[in-house]
Amino acid sequence: MSNDPAPERPLAPADCDTRGWWDATRRHELVVQRCDSCGHAQHYPRAICTTCGGSELSFQLTQGRGEVETFTVVHRAPNPAFTAPYTVALVRLLEGPVLMTNIVGCAVDDVRIGLKVSVQWEPHPDGRNIPVFTPEGGQHGFPADR
Amino acid sequence: MADGVAVVGVAESDLGITDQTILGLQAQAISRALADAGLSLSDVDGLATNGAARFSTAQVAEYVGLRPTWTDSTAAGGSSYEIFLGHAVDAINAGRCKVVVISYGSNQRSARSRSLAGVAEAHLPDQQFEAPYGPLYPISLYAMAAQRYLHEYGATSQQLAEVAVAARAWALLNPKAFRYDAGPLDVDDVLSSTMVSSPLHVLDCCLVTDGGGAIVVTSLERARELRDDPVVVRGWGECTTSSSMAQVPDLLVPGAAVSGQRALTDAGLSVDDIDVVEIYDSFSINVLLSLEALGFCGRGQAASFVQGGRIRPGGGLALNTSGGGLSYCHPGMFGLLLLVEAVRQLRGECAERQVPGACTALVHATGGALSTHATVVLGVDR
Repeated sequence: MSNDPAPERPLAPADCDTRGWWDATRRHELVVQRCDSCGHAQHYPRAICTTCGGSELSFQLTQGRGEVETFTVVHRAPNPAFTAPYTVALVRLLEGPVLMTNIVGCAVDDVRIGLKVSVQWEPHPDGRNIPVFTPEGGQHGFPADR
Repeated sequence: MADGVAVVGVAESDLGITDQTILGLQAQAISRALADAGLSLSDVDGLATNGAARFSTAQVAEYVGLRPTWTDSTAAGGSSYEIFLGHAVDAINAGRCKVVVISYGSNQRSARSRSLAGVAEAHLPDQQFEAPYGPLYPISLYAMAAQRYLHEYGATSQQLAEVAVAARAWALLNPKAFRYDAGPLDVDDVLSSTMVSSPLHVLDCCLVTDGGGAIVVTSLERARELRDDPVVVRGWGECTTSSSMAQVPDLLVPGAAVSGQRALTDAGLSVDDIDVVEIYDSFSINVLLSLEALGFCGRGQAASFVQGGRIRPGGGLALNTSGGGLSYCHPGMFGLLLLVEAVRQLRGECAERQVPGACTALVHATGGALSTHATVVLGVDR
């Protein structure tokens, strides 16, 4: 991603279901929602457990680490907040849930499925931080597997 | 199916670049389909449509002068029309209505109304958890499915490109295809076309055109009075799996596995019995995923299954015989035109691209970002 003072990333306001999640980002903490009844971990945060239907859910701190499940290099930016090419990825956290993110801190050509990544934070003007991921030091995935 | 429902009229609106309105294209398609059926607006008591307005059935009904007593405006993207047909079968069998028109129209190319980012609804979770990362909607999701497919199965972009190459070969036989005069494609053309969202090149992606269509559905009993070649709905199934891009349960096994099985079971048929296959090809990868999920080949085998000319004209599997969304027409949502082509093939009206002796057709459509999935099995009468 470019560090130019580009227009900010499109980001809708937090709501009553997601406020706790976004508040954690202000402390640079990546959390997932866990069901108090059945223990299921899920992302994005919502008012119901998708496994058991429970409505008592808590935020649990993650390690902020995971693996690239799949990715795409976008070559046409959808709006001026983005400078192509950049990587959109689905990262599976060690705790299980998958989240969409960008892979930053490496060339787009170096992103691979299976790459081990950890969270970094990009500040948003409203004080929230947007989690993006970068390759973990010394563990640049499995480039030989292609 | 209990009593039997048939398609008695089909039509396209004008296609391509029309400089017409959405409602005008809808009216054109509806008029043509009713004429094809030998019916008029006064015979119609059911209407299913979407994409025309926030209240699509009300708007289209008002525009053409209908007061339907059965409507459906299920919003399931490109698969809505297969779902409409299934719902219409149930409604007609249950006696809720007698003659249903299913219609669609879009002027997206003339109106330049399509955005790479898709349509944002600020209250939805993806605007907090996906939009900040700049995916193209829905291209980037299909691209991520393709990337995973290539990785998991050791398939190649060359193999993927064959889907677009074959679609073009069919389009060259269809005078209504947007690429009818464009000449053949080869794999290198696809691979050297602009990369949009890797591994998908622009030629792995469907066209952006205007277009629309309509079909007319009624009881098989009535259908037999109207024409001697009604096309019977033998079975159908639907499956909704997810909405946003990061929530797809399995990128490599779409809901086609569920909807297809249901439709084939209804029909009492297996994929080996199917003569013509129309699969929603918004992106080349979608065809491979659908072929596997529907059971035309095993998991991970579609990339090699489509090689060797198998899905080109004259090959072993008559697939996307109109030229598909990749080379014929893709007016935002393509599901209705899949049905139109399947019915015409079963009536033997397809001239140069006619599949000889076609008696059964399977139509499978996908909507959204691998979100909604619907399958219909059609057959000639008896």
